[in-house]
Amino acid sequence: MATTVEALAPYAAVPLEEKERLLAQVQADPRYTDYLFGCYECGICVAACPSARFYDFSPRVIAQALAREDVELAYKQMNEDVWECSQCFSCLRCPRGNNPGGLILIMREVAVNNGLRSAREALEGYSRIIYKIMSTGTQVSPDMIRPDAFPDWGPTAAATADNLTLWRRAMPPETMHTTTASWEVAESTLEELYVIWHLTGVLDMIKAIDQGLHMILVDVMEETLEERGYSL
Amino acid sequence: MIPHESAVGRAFKRDPEQAPTEDVRERVLELEAQGEWIVHRVPDDVVLLDTKYGRKKKIPLRHTWHHKSCGQCGHIPGYSTSIFWLHRKLGLDYDDPRDQTSCTAWNYYASATSNSAAQAAVAVRNFAAAYQTGYYPIIHCGTSYGHYKEVREELLRHPELRKEVREIMAKLGKPLVMPEEIVHYSEWVYAIRNELAVRKVLDLSTITVTVHPACHYYKLVQEDAIYDPDIYGGQRTAVVTGVATALGAKVADYSTWFDCCGFGFRHILVQRDFSRSFAVQRKINVMREEANPDVTLTHDTGCVTTLDKSQFAAKAHEQFAGKPDVPVMSEAQFAALALGAHPYRVAQLHWHAADYRPLLEKMGIDWQARWAEFEADLERLRRGEVQYLTWDEVDAGPGPAPVLKPFETARGVAVVVAEEGRKA
Repeated sequence: MATTVEALAPYAAVPLEEKERLLAQVQADPRYTDYLFGCYECGICVAACPSARFYDFSPRVIAQALAREDVELAYKQMNEDVWECSQCFSCLRCPRGNNPGGLILIMREVAVNNGLRSAREALEGYSRIIYKIMSTGTQVSPDMIRPDAFPDWGPTAAATADNLTLWRRAMPPETMHTTTASWEVAESTLEELYVIWHLTGVLDMIKAIDQGLHMILVDVMEETLEERGYSL
Repeated sequence: MIPHESAVGRAFKRDPEQAPTEDVRERVLELEAQGEWIVHRVPDDVVLLDTKYGRKKKIPLRHTWHHKSCGQCGHIPGYSTSIFWLHRKLGLDYDDPRDQTSCTAWNYYASATSNSAAQAAVAVRNFAAAYQTGYYPIIHCGTSYGHYKEVREELLRHPELRKEVREIMAKLGKPLVMPEEIVHYSEWVYAIRNELAVRKVLDLSTITVTVHPACHYYKLVQEDAIYDPDIYGGQRTAVVTGVATALGAKVADYSTWFDCCGFGFRHILVQRDFSRSFAVQRKINVMREEANPDVTLTHDTGCVTTLDKSQFAAKAHEQFAGKPDVPVMSEAQFAALALGAHPYRVAQLHWHAADYRPLLEKMGIDWQARWAEFEADLERLRRGEVQYLTWDEVDAGPGPAPVLKPFETARGVAVVVAEEGRKA
């Protein structure tokens, strides 16, 4: 485990003002005061945390850094630690009422909004998932199970891929005969979803971390949104 | 009662008046009175269940709008199919909508490529869609359930968020709607567990079950989860355990019950070494060593996926080589099997990775004969004789004679679900 000085060294050249700017964005999130109430340093959150068992990661240190407004450490965490969190929210056991998992979600959002390299790296290989959820309204689809993508899932992945269309027809719910989405989502429903992504600035967030993906999504949604009077 | 060490020596008194958190449902109604939104009322036929601090929660029995799960429908389709099949078995009407998106929370927890307003807008768009059908939303995914409860809290706390979301809904031509209760399907299964028990056709007394309670069901906005003093002394959520015991199976305890499954949201998709390691070392292997289960049951999408799919690669490790798989499924699939559902047409177990066949044999299900039947179905589909397998071919009727024991209901209505089942 690196000492604090060693851990912060890679970010020494980043201006303090930039670090303060990002921390201010974290603190400005309306949920921030719902999620942080100080820290007893009891470590209950760490004991409950799955990521703490496998990574150099601690929800306690996240809460402490923010409670102390430790600009340097919070910046390092935004660039590294936050992506190790499992988002299981076991840390909600906190006797102080903190929500370290929620704080991490806010820090991740700030990392994405500002296009931090760490966010881009953490989400490498994840673009197809973002594309799937934003364009089809369902996060994963049956056709994503392929033996090359999931070799560790064993022979079931190959059997599923080989028989996909047939197996999807062999299930009774009428909405689930799909292969490219988890269920059949109505066209009008997708249009409403695209409007939500546009109006809430989510498309802009994508642009900050993956311009190629943003172009593809705009291509998919542009016609629908323009018909509704929105310009991208 | 299922005893547990944690219950020994503790007097856990559930008193709604002493609850450490406010009852947000009261504030939901207050905002309706102030004209801020419409509250979608739970239909008349409900079961009242106790939540963590002893408040009552209304669980609708019928006329439900099924908020499907992307991971269930996409990768564990027998999960969703079994939930629907149980409704049909009991003659309880439901809507399986196309006007529904995913909650998108899997992506949000994985990548943070969204924000509060977008997440809330997605949630209330789905709520409005349910409201417009007249059917009441019941949520299949534990993460959707937990996330929607988070969204409810954020909307209650932050008027500016309500304003933003209301304006978005107005642009979509939809009202701002909040359900009276946010209900998970496992609460519905728990509510009807005794009705399931009288319909079961298999003897499960030799089946040992371990239960993995889903983090996003009972850790996120924890006061809304269902607890029962007779199950783990009220120290853990009752939902899945109560169903397994009602069906006659033996529930065995293990020390890492509180641990998550290792899903990780981002990790299961792009960093699965973590998910696999955690699932096998902290969950499956501990269950195997401490409880030797025939099956592990859970009630969420990610948990079934991670615990089931992670076992294959671990066989390459000398620590786990040669050890038997622990089959993994939802309690809905397990209950459907117990009631005579087809393991492939309904439970769709061919999508699962861990070897479930020894379990089926122990349950008294001839999986080879059932697979032959399913292969015949596939052949008919291949030849184009039928386009799809339909409900008509898998519905099994209402089952054995009804139990004339009314549910306790919120409005004093004596509902006998079994009678409804007979009408179906």
